Amino acid sequence: MLSLSELWFLLIAVLFVGFFFLEGFDFGVGMSTAMIGKTDRERRTLINSIGPFWDGNEVWLITAGGAMFAAFPHWYATLFSGFYLPLVVVLLALIGRGVAFEFRSKMRHERWRKTWDIIIIVSSALLPFLFGVVFATLMKGLPIDAQMQLRPGFLDIVNPYTVVGGLSVTLLCLVHGLLFASLRTVGDLRERALNLAQKLMLPLAAILAIYAVMTYFMTDVFAVRGWALWIMVVLGAASLGLAAYFVRQKREAWAFGMTGAVIAIAFASVFIGLFPRVMVSSMGSAFDLTVYNASSGAYSLKVMTIVACTLLPFVLGYQIWSYYIFRKRLNDHHHLEY
Amino acid sequence: MDPIMLSRIQYALTTIFHFFFVPLSIGLVLLVAIMETLYVVKGKEVYKTMAKFWGKLFLINFAVGVVTGILQEFQFGMNWSEYSRFVGDVFGAPLAVEALLAFFMESTFIGLWIFGWDRLSKKVHLACIWLVFVGTFLSALWILAANSFMQHPVGFEINNGRAEMNDFFALITNGQLLVEFPHTIFGALMTGAFVVTGISAYKLMKKQDVEIFRKSFNIAIIIGLVSSLGVAFSGHFQAQYLVETQPMKMAASEGTWTTTEDPAPWTVVAFIDPNKQENSREIKIPGLLSYLSYSKFSGSVKGMKELQAEYEQTYGPGDYIPPVRTTFWSFRIMIAAGGLMILLAIYGTFLAMRRKLEGAGKWFMRLMVFAISLPFIANTSGWIMTEVGRQPWTVFGYMTTSAGVSPNVSAGQILFSTIAFTAAYTVLGIVMVYLFVREIKAGPYAVEKPEEHDESADPFGVDGGYSVVTK
Repeated sequence: MLSLSELWFLLIAVLFVGFFFLEGFDFGVGMSTAMIGKTDRERRTLINSIGPFWDGNEVWLITAGGAMFAAFPHWYATLFSGFYLPLVVVLLALIGRGVAFEFRSKMRHERWRKTWDIIIIVSSALLPFLFGVVFATLMKGLPIDAQMQLRPGFLDIVNPYTVVGGLSVTLLCLVHGLLFASLRTVGDLRERALNLAQKLMLPLAAILAIYAVMTYFMTDVFAVRGWALWIMVVLGAASLGLAAYFVRQKREAWAFGMTGAVIAIAFASVFIGLFPRVMVSSMGSAFDLTVYNASSGAYSLKVMTIVACTLLPFVLGYQIWSYYIFRKRLNDHHHLEY
Repeated sequence: MDPIMLSRIQYALTTIFHFFFVPLSIGLVLLVAIMETLYVVKGKEVYKTMAKFWGKLFLINFAVGVVTGILQEFQFGMNWSEYSRFVGDVFGAPLAVEALLAFFMESTFIGLWIFGWDRLSKKVHLACIWLVFVGTFLSALWILAANSFMQHPVGFEINNGRAEMNDFFALITNGQLLVEFPHTIFGALMTGAFVVTGISAYKLMKKQDVEIFRKSFNIAIIIGLVSSLGVAFSGHFQAQYLVETQPMKMAASEGTWTTTEDPAPWTVVAFIDPNKQENSREIKIPGLLSYLSYSKFSGSVKGMKELQAEYEQTYGPGDYIPPVRTTFWSFRIMIAAGGLMILLAIYGTFLAMRRKLEGAGKWFMRLMVFAISLPFIANTSGWIMTEVGRQPWTVFGYMTTSAGVSPNVSAGQILFSTIAFTAAYTVLGIVMVYLFVREIKAGPYAVEKPEEHDESADPFGVDGGYSVVTK
């Protein structure tokens, strides 16, 4: 039976997996405007394809942050204060990206639209990269001291392992986003999205393989969670293979499902590998932050559990409903809001 | 500059900026929901046009509110990690509930509302905007539950050197929340109302789209009247609660150094000298402070010097007097702005009821346009009073603000982030106001010109791919 703090670890893992599955394609569509959106109308179509969803998808991150604060105050405090400068960049990117969607098409002015387009493209690439870096460092370990304080040096955050992690997540989101775009568009745009996704399959497989190998040698997660992680690797590889197959068949719905599965498996693996730790300390396992030493009291967790179990079905229900409402593809005759 | 001061400056700047947009979102979305309800019930296109026009302004504002809100959540962990460790158990819960209950609702249903005009039935579409309003309303409730805990900590015990929740119900029935929430919500509705009446007054003066803006003015002024009176009454209850729970804040906001005579007079203006701990050139209204504090014209109010001595007994040596001049003047600015809005709302309602709006004097219409600034002044000074007046505490009686900062973050890092956020926010503010003015000038019947089909290829090409897009 799970203890309450273990349950909340699971819930936060679910929230992050949900965030990367959903907001992952928003990032990808944002990046894709630079690659497959040839005309202003096409770029608008791409942005409108995620228009009704991106804000709701971003709330998964806000909720994960709030849940960390409430269920694991030490994890939240150590992580957010320790990763100060990367988070400043993350925040600036989230701020810029959010208003760019809303403001971009408000004026028919060349420089205006170009500026917001660049903000969308840069922030959509930067965010998955930085998240990838952060999650890689969690597994690799950070200099966390006995007081749970983290004062990382530049090389603790930026090193070959974390950069590969960042690139993996970015590329994964890009392919995932291209497939989402191909699901919601028609004609040339859809073709271009599928073609680019197909071209990127091999590089994606390569970088994910490199990252898996590096993880084996540079972190202890395979040692800690041997067989469970091997299962995840096999599942991930299979999903990626299926994604490549479906892209070639031009069956974007199945392909999109498969890249989504790869994202879910990748981030689930991070949490499986970490458990029961939430942050690995490079200064000795005695200083690890764990599910047990970083969590809130039992009462607080119980209240939160009741609230979360009551609300989550509703949240999932109306979010799924909104995807159902906007299931139709966007064509040249649609009125575009963004 | 030390990290504590910088963290405080950053918190003040980012929170004040964020709270320009929050109350306007809450107030505007209610008005948009009312307009769309009239459209669905009466079936007149004009109400749909109104809902769409004000909805456009709401969305521009909402976008800035949302993105600046993300920073609010992250900031506790980034700049105030010790505070987060100490209260996360209690303070984190309402934040998590806010995200689960309110943010998901707001963001999902606003998406459905924006893109669903042709996809949803009239009634379902209307339900979406009402759910957005409910979402903003609930969001305010939970974040204020968290703030109320800081003002008046309840429902917890101290274990292993940190606050641990032991009564969730106490947290959400906190007396502070019961007075703070209505006051803030009325303030938010007032913000939406005065922005709509101000913009409508401007358009009526210009004689543009008269029907739309007369109707908008009439709906908004009623909300303005109800909410401005609501703000005053709820504020009065809040002041009485303050005397009981945070007497030092009350004394500071009144500039009362020594315990007053009975009945206590209310100081209108004074020259305050915090170093000598005395005031000069005071103008007083006899008995009014007793009324504000106890709803009767008797009873004295404790002074800061006496309270300082009491607090030293309870909490040990230290300076427990907040920045007096800031607290005193922000309180008065808030009251002045609020009072002026009540008068304008009464007169505006009187004109609207007698159908004399268009015949109203230029001076009144101009005053209404100027009054757009009033709710923002009142909201901001109200929060300055309540947060500055709580100092030196961050959680009253349990943790001082200076004990809450992150020990592992350097002054340089905070300075960098403060500059970065301030720069970004300045741009956001300018762009947002510019877009607002543009939409207002264009008016509700502005038609989007059909997008021409441009054939250029590459957004990073020589011409940026915009060769055919006209300005």
